[in-house]
Formats: sequence, structure tokens, C-alpha cells
Amino acid sequence: MRSPVRLERRLEQPKWLNWVVPLASLVAALILGAIVLWITGKNPFDVYQRIFERGFAGKRAFSGALEMATPLAFTGLCAAVAFRMGLVNIGGEGQFYMGAVGASYVGISLGGSPTGITIILMCLGGMVFGSVYAAIVGVLRARFNTNEIITSLMMNYLAAIFLNYLIFNSKSFWRDPDSPQFPKGKTLSARADWNTYSIFGVNLPIGFLIAILAGSAVWVLYKRTRFGFEVGVLADSPKAARYAGIRTTSTIVIVMALSGALAGLGGAADVGNFRGLLDAKGIQMAGYGYTGIVVAALARRNPLVTVVVAIFIGGLTKAGYALQGPNFPSGLVGTLQGLILFTAVAGEILIKYRIRMTPRRSEVVA
Amino acid sequence: MTSEIAVKMTGIVKKFPGVVANDHVNLEIMAGEVHALLGENGAGKSTLSNILTGLYRQDAGRVEISGKKVEFNSPRDALNAGIGMVHQHFRLVSTFTVAENVVLGEPDSSLFMDQKAVAARVQELSDRYGLAVDPSARIWQLSVGEQQRVEILKVLYRGARILILDEPTAVLTPIETTELFKTLRVMVSEGRVVIFISHKLDEVMAVSDRVTVLRGGRTVGTVNTHETSTTDLASLMVGRSVEFNRAVRQVPADRERIVLDVRDLCAHDDRGRVALESVSLSVSPGEIVGIAGVAGNGQRELAEVISGMRPITSGSITVDGESVQSGRARSAIAKGIAHVPEDRLHTGLAAGHSVEDNFALKNYRSMSRFRILQRQKIRDQSTHLIERYDIKTPGSETPVRLLSGGNVQKVLLAREFSASPKVLIAASPTRGLDVGAIETVRERLVQAADSGVGVLLISEDLDEILSLADRILVMYEGRIVAEVEAAQADRARIGLTMGGITT
Repeated sequence: MRSPVRLERRLEQPKWLNWVVPLASLVAALILGAIVLWITGKNPFDVYQRIFERGFAGKRAFSGALEMATPLAFTGLCAAVAFRMGLVNIGGEGQFYMGAVGASYVGISLGGSPTGITIILMCLGGMVFGSVYAAIVGVLRARFNTNEIITSLMMNYLAAIFLNYLIFNSKSFWRDPDSPQFPKGKTLSARADWNTYSIFGVNLPIGFLIAILAGSAVWVLYKRTRFGFEVGVLADSPKAARYAGIRTTSTIVIVMALSGALAGLGGAADVGNFRGLLDAKGIQMAGYGYTGIVVAALARRNPLVTVVVAIFIGGLTKAGYALQGPNFPSGLVGTLQGLILFTAVAGEILIKYRIRMTPRRSEVVA
Repeated sequence: MTSEIAVKMTGIVKKFPGVVANDHVNLEIMAGEVHALLGENGAGKSTLSNILTGLYRQDAGRVEISGKKVEFNSPRDALNAGIGMVHQHFRLVSTFTVAENVVLGEPDSSLFMDQKAVAARVQELSDRYGLAVDPSARIWQLSVGEQQRVEILKVLYRGARILILDEPTAVLTPIETTELFKTLRVMVSEGRVVIFISHKLDEVMAVSDRVTVLRGGRTVGTVNTHETSTTDLASLMVGRSVEFNRAVRQVPADRERIVLDVRDLCAHDDRGRVALESVSLSVSPGEIVGIAGVAGNGQRELAEVISGMRPITSGSITVDGESVQSGRARSAIAKGIAHVPEDRLHTGLAAGHSVEDNFALKNYRSMSRFRILQRQKIRDQSTHLIERYDIKTPGSETPVRLLSGGNVQKVLLAREFSASPKVLIAASPTRGLDVGAIETVRERLVQAADSGVGVLLISEDLDEILSLADRILVMYEGRIVAEVEAAQADRARIGLTMGGITT
């Protein structure tokens, strides 16, 4: 039996595909999710309506979406930046933790400084920790050609262990000495608390503004600069890059460091804007790093779109937390996110290839 | 030669978006003959053979094998019918060994492969047909010429009765070509059929029994080889008469001066073995120095080393007395070394990038301010080069992978020449191009030399070297084993030295 469906490589990729296909994959994910709901005896329309109401509709819901979107925008950018060069950085999760460690160190130490300066220094702290952590993966890849998917994933576990050590298993600088029975992070001083603006009643965290800035900066970097050109050539053909005198090893390390810096910035925003302390359990539960991969995939690695998609996934996640209960299984949102990743990756194939229904098999047109 | 018809294709039509690749093509091949399929690039030879091997399915027309109508739904069907193809662009898994590649896709292959038995069988075949290659070597370690031998072995291993060879001699030296032709004659004497796709007239005359000429997707005619001539075939093929002449030089080389000086160069190949052993050579301004040799004797490494893509272990490279840093392509570019590599689409160019980005591939640094690219400058450069080098492209933003082979090479040459280099390294610059494009490329090389560029022409096509070079060096096993002035060159002698026979 031979499949009647075949894939032909598109000679040209029409521009409209770039937004129609992701939207279509989203719809497909919702339909697949509806089937799952229907099988488990729920009314899909009812469930989706409640998700929409609690996730997006109204000022309160949208504030929640933006809150959740802030860390996701950064981890999404982290994944997108690496994907652009063909590097699969699964390590956004660990780099995010490290960023939180770095930023909370700064936030605790600089209790007395003005808020503006503290925010900037916390951002720097988060970026330095995140980028150094990711650069290790980059160096291993560039120098020894180790698979970055595996090393970055392994380093997530290392980062988690390190985080637990700081808060639960040691008397570290980050641990609150006044709460020996219930181990928790030291609370940052009030001045290290990041601003949240209220616009028409919607809470806009400063971290989200920084994410928009970061997304724009990445867009400019990749679209307009010499460095972006070099990354593009390296992604297209490593041999051509070598031929043109582009420094392969350093470019890989820099891209990984940049990717990690963005995740680290997310960790800083999470500590400064929302948690106010190094919440070892909380950020591990959230799993922003992994969800960021879904965000980047759905945004097709476009840094600006990544920020927008983060709002969508953020609202979805927030609604999932809010609605959890007997009528709304806690795994549902995770299932939906998985389906979205699945259909987004499938959609990626549809952008590069087209499906032809024929009774016969034939090879790709050269 | 028996009169039994082995392959009969009638009224074959195959359309691709925007092109009719085959327009009612007819082809009739007798058992026990070498049948040449002659035509320029884009004449429809590859499409026709892809239909015969089950890769494509025709839109209309009929295929018969030994008098029976066949329908191929996949290459495996064609394989089962005894048809095997040696592709021009190799279909090998580069991280697998030769033996693994040979059995890959074998219908009878079991879960576990008997490495030793396969290797022994491959060795036996390679000995029998003179296709020297180490069964345990990995594909990425092999030269282009060696990789082709693997492709041929793959088909032989499966016992194909009808062998299609697409431009098989493009990577071979005269001696290897002669050996291949002997192999082909042995095959047809066993009753097999060889379909020989080429646009090299001499070879078609030398090896085939009959020739079918295609032009613009149509059959022009089938002739008996002994009743025709190269001139006749050429005019059938291009629809006009073409003459091949030795290049006429307007400005002679300045032999008093030296622009490229290479001293005692040693370097390793990808496997870490010695690839270049104490190579010394010099090129004068305006001189074309040809490097002849069988593929895999260090030519590729030589080109890579001079252009800074591969580090040297000892020795020196200087351009106008200034030394080039080892393994630094940027240093080589800055010193004025232009490089037209063998692998145009993936080394010389970034295939997925636009024409304009590829023009900027080496000078994008100067097309920027404060590290921001000046897109308008890049666009202007592209518009200028497209016009000046007569490149056929839908636009500046078209990815180069969509251009035809000739235009791909023109993009590469345009970029390299426009950088006003002092030295040009050209590796197999006309390989795989059609007659018209070959002429253009050769003219450009001669023009470059006339304008004072020192050209190092590395080619496995001895005719090309004889018609272009002022001086010829022969490489064998990583050394330069002979040097002759082109005017005094003796084709047969060079052929012998290429095969390692020094007189």
C-alpha cells in the first residue's frame, strides 16, 4: 500500500502562507482539543468559552494574560533566536532559573538604590547569568560539535538542582534566614519591586514593555545588521559561511549567549515584577522555558510575533490555572499547548512543501 | 549487437510548473548497446531518465521494457525491472561508509547487515571494474570522483541490466574515462544496456553505438555513431554549428613578476591524512596556470588552503609578497584572492539566500555603517552586476537555488570578478554547465587573465586546461609531479603523469 498523498517542495513560498498557516494550525489544535473534550464528556464550546472569558475578555483577564505573557515572551525569544540559526536551545528553562538567581542577587544586595537603577542592574544580572549558562552549551557545540539539544536539556536539570540547593539545602545568600521551618527565598527590598502601569484599567508590567523592546532589538539585529547577515548565511550553509570568512565558532557561542541572555532577562522580570523573591518551587512549576518553545514555534521564529503569541499562550495558561476544578481538568491547557506545538510544527512543513493528492508516488521536483 | 529492443519510450510528456520538460519524446534502445543521450542543459535528458527510473511519472506516453509495457510507481519498481541510475548529483549518505551506502535501500537487506560480506562483494566489484574505492571509508571523506565510483558500484551491486549514467565523466580524468569506457563495453558485451547521458561530443563518439539527440524537450533524432561526426552532433544539439578553439589571449602574461607564490605547502584532508606534500607553485599576473590531475589527489585541498578555508601545517602563501594567514578566509579575501569553488551552490554561494545577498557575501562588511547593513547599496550592487554579467533571474531577491546552473555560476563569477582580485582560484568552473554557459565562463576567465589577474585553474577536464592554460602543473598524490608549457604540452604524456606514471 502506497500513500496517495505526497509532498512537493514549494519553489516559491507565497507570503500569505506565513500567517495563514499558523492560524490554521491553531484552529486545527482547537479542533483536536475539542475532540479530546468531547470524548471525556465535556462540552467543548462551553469549555472554550470559559477559557476565552477567563483568559482574555475584560480588563482583569487581560491583565492576567499580560502577567503570564511576560516570562513567556522572553523564553519564546530565547528559543526563536537560537532556532533562527538552526540551533535548538531547549535550555531556556535552566537559563531562566539562572537569570532569576542573578537578578535576585542584585535585587537583594541593592536594597537601597533608586528603583530605576535597580531594575537596570537586575536586568543585567539576569542577562549575565543566563548568557553565561547558555554559552557553555554554545562552546561545547562550537568546539566539540556536541548536540546542543541534549546538553541544553541536561543543563536544565542541573539548574533545577542548583536552585533547590540555594533555597532548600543550604544557608545561601538567597534563602530567608527568618523562616527556617518553611524554606523560602529572601524577599527583595520594596525598591527592587518593578513597576506595573495601569492603562485603561489593564495592568501592564514593565517587564512586558522590556520584552517588546527586546523583541524589537532582536528583529533589528537579525534583519538589519552585519551580525544578522552572518547568522543567516551560517544557518543556510555552514560551508558558504566558512568560505566567506565568517567566524563560525564565535557566532555560535554569541547566538547561544544571546539566547540565554533573553531567558535570563525573563527570569529577572519574573523575580522583579511578580514574585519578589527567588521562588525555587514556583518557577520550576511554571515551566516557562518549555512553553516558550511552543510560543516560538507558533510565531515561526519571528521575534515580534513571538511577543504577541506570548499574550495568547499567556492568557490560555492563566485561564487554565483559574478554571482548574472538577469541570476543568488541570491537564487540559497543557494538552492544548502540546497540540498547538504539534500542529505548528506540521504547519511548518506545509509552508515549505505542498501536498499533492495523486494515485502515484513521485519525487520532489528539483 | 542484437536487434532486440530493450527499452522503448514513446510520446513521453512531462510538464513542470511553467516548463514542458519532455514534449512527446521517443527513445528506442537495443539490447547490448551503449546508447548516448545528447543534449544541452535543460534539453530534457535528466527528466527522461528520471521517468525511466521511476523517480517521476510521465503525464503521457508509454514505456516498454523488453517489449512489455511497464508502469513504475517508484524507483524500486524500476530497480526490480533491472534499471539502475548513476546520478550526476550523488545520492549518498555522507556519514555512512561506502559499503553501507551500497546496500542502502536494498530490497533484501535484513535487519542486521553482514558488513564483511558486503565489503568483500564491493571490493570484488570494484576490482573487477577498476573502480578503486575503500569499502570502509565514509562518504564525506571521499573526493567527488571517488563518490561517483560508489554510485556506479551501487548500481552494479544490484545487478542492474539497464544502466543509466548521467554525465559520468564530468569528474573523471582521461585515463579514468578510458577505464570507464572499457567497463561500459564489458557490460554491454554481457548483454546489458548502457544509457550514457552527456554533452561531451568526443566521449559520445568514443563510447556509444547510437546517439539520440534532444533539444528543448523534443527528440531531434537518433543516429548511428559511426555514421556521424562531432560537428554534426554539435549542430544537432545546439541547432547551430559550434567551434571549439584554443582561447585567444589579448594580453600575454607578465612572466617577470609573480603574484601568487606558494612555498612548501603541507596540509591535511578531512580525515587528517596528508593531502598536500610540499607543494610549491607560482602564478604571474595575467597567467593562467592549469592544475591537472585525477580527482582526489589534493586539488580540492590546494584550492581550500590558498583561499584560507583550510589551515596549513607548514609552508607559506603570499600574494604580491604579503603573506596570507593560515586557515583565515578573511585574510585571503583581503589579500585579493578570489575563489570559485567546485561546490558552487553550497560553498561558493548560500543557496537559500537571494541573488543580492550572495553578491554581498564577501563584501557585506563594507556595505554597512555602524554595523547596520546598507540595503540600498546591496541592491544597487546587485542591479549593476545582474546587468553587467547578463544574469537571467526574475529579480534581485530571488533565491539562487532557483536559478539555472549556468546562471548560478554567473552569479558566483560576477561576485568574484567584481572584487578586482589579484589572484583567482577556479575549481572545475565549467563542470555540469551547457555548451553556451561553458563558453561564457571560459571567456570570463580569459578576460580576467587579460586584465592582469593571476588565474589558477583546477580542473579534471584536461581539454579545458589545454585550451585555457599558459602553463600546466600535474598533481598526483598531493604533490606536483610535472610542469609543462601549454604550447609544448602533449596530451598523452600529461594523461600518463596524472595516472602517476612519470617519464
